[in-house]
Amino acid sequence: MPEGTELKFEEALQKLEGIVRALEGEGLTLEDSLAYYQEGIRLVRLCRQRLQEVEGKLQALLVQEGEVMFKEISLSGGGGNGD
Amino acid sequence: MSGQRVLAVRELTAYLQRLISNDGRLANVWVRGEISNLRRPVSGHLYFTLKDQAAALRCVMFQGRSRGLNLSLQDGLEVIARGHVAIYPRDGVYQLYVDEMFPAGLGMASLALQELAARLEREGLFAAERKRPLPFMPRRVGLVTSPSGAALRDMVTVSRRRFPGIDLVLAPATVQGDTAPFELARALELLGKLGGVDVIIIGRGGGSAEDLNAFNTEIVARAIYACPVPVIAAVGHETDLTLADRVADRRAPTPSAAAEMAVPVKKELEERLDILATRARRGMEHRLQMAHARLERLVKSRGMARPQQELYYRQQYLDGLEQRLLASWQRQAGAREQALQLLTARLEAASPLAILSRGYAVCRRPGGPSLRRSQEVVPGERVEVVLSQGRLQCEVMDVEEC
Repeated sequence: MPEGTELKFEEALQKLEGIVRALEGEGLTLEDSLAYYQEGIRLVRLCRQRLQEVEGKLQALLVQEGEVMFKEISLSGGGGNGD
Repeated sequence: MSGQRVLAVRELTAYLQRLISNDGRLANVWVRGEISNLRRPVSGHLYFTLKDQAAALRCVMFQGRSRGLNLSLQDGLEVIARGHVAIYPRDGVYQLYVDEMFPAGLGMASLALQELAARLEREGLFAAERKRPLPFMPRRVGLVTSPSGAALRDMVTVSRRRFPGIDLVLAPATVQGDTAPFELARALELLGKLGGVDVIIIGRGGGSAEDLNAFNTEIVARAIYACPVPVIAAVGHETDLTLADRVADRRAPTPSAAAEMAVPVKKELEERLDILATRARRGMEHRLQMAHARLERLVKSRGMARPQQELYYRQQYLDGLEQRLLASWQRQAGAREQALQLLTARLEAASPLAILSRGYAVCRRPGGPSLRRSQEVVPGERVEVVLSQGRLQCEVMDVEEC
């Protein structure tokens, strides 16, 4: 998962809300509103992407000889296959 | 000091003061006794005597200390007080300067815990201003708990249900026994350093009060305090809060509840996004409708006087916007197509072509802008007349001025 790319989800969502309010208001010229709209669409896609890009891994940290390592784990009893 | 010399009272007192203050044991003593002669002047300081069958001890507890006193004092109450012994020179008495006081019913372990809690509180570990907000959508959630406990299963199940894609990282730690405090602190430290972990849950399942000891240790409290990432404590008990609960940024009654705090519901986020996308689109459509309405008004009011040039400019401008809008939409899912078709239909309704169909024509040089004044051409020049359907290629016979 890429770290720190572009905006955080929450920031993107807040920005999007601001854009939608501006589009629904009366203050923008047609040109500006199109630019806002395009930015809004970009943010919607960014947020959707963020919702999809996490992998749903369950890992445990292990320390071996001073090295931190990841190990995939699953819950015994079948609790680990999501729903 | 010489035994021969006559001393001033203050000299003897100063000597005794030195003796007492040099005695390390008197600097921090626990004393048990019954409160009597309690006085509470407006200064807020507390004056009383602690006594048992054989002796009495004058005590003072200054207002800064007594303010945090979690105890309703009265004569006859048996208490355990902690403080230092010093001389009060003016009255020539020694007294206990009390820092803390507890009901005597408590055992030593619980006294020590109260003392630790009071110390950490003074240091600001529990301060409300210091609590950090939880992330809106964590990239990864760190879990500090036993790999074999019910707490882990509960947290995983709940977070999978809410947001199947969220990554979970377990830093395993024993939650009870001698090594538990160290393992818990170390697990927190590891997760804090890992990067990409945006919130950590430290938790355990329910159990007896003894099991909570690890969560009441200074090392665990300090590890939570030092953690660079917000921590939710889910120690799973009803009555007394552990130090871990008090230091943590949030506390949850159960591990499941902690997972609910940490992990948003994916479906709700998606719905919120859909609503915003729809509102943005409607806002934009509304804008375009207004623009078309304005264009229409223009056609009706000035279409005759200022024929096509103005219209073409506006049309071209709108075409450009529509093009860009189309591009935006095409990058979106196909669900937007219907809306676009509606919009296109509206755009067409406002087109100059619709005006041509009412019998007007545009005259221009082939491929050039439309003509506005007869002087723009000379006799013999070729011009093109655009009709609603088809075009006429014409030659100018004569030029008349109006």
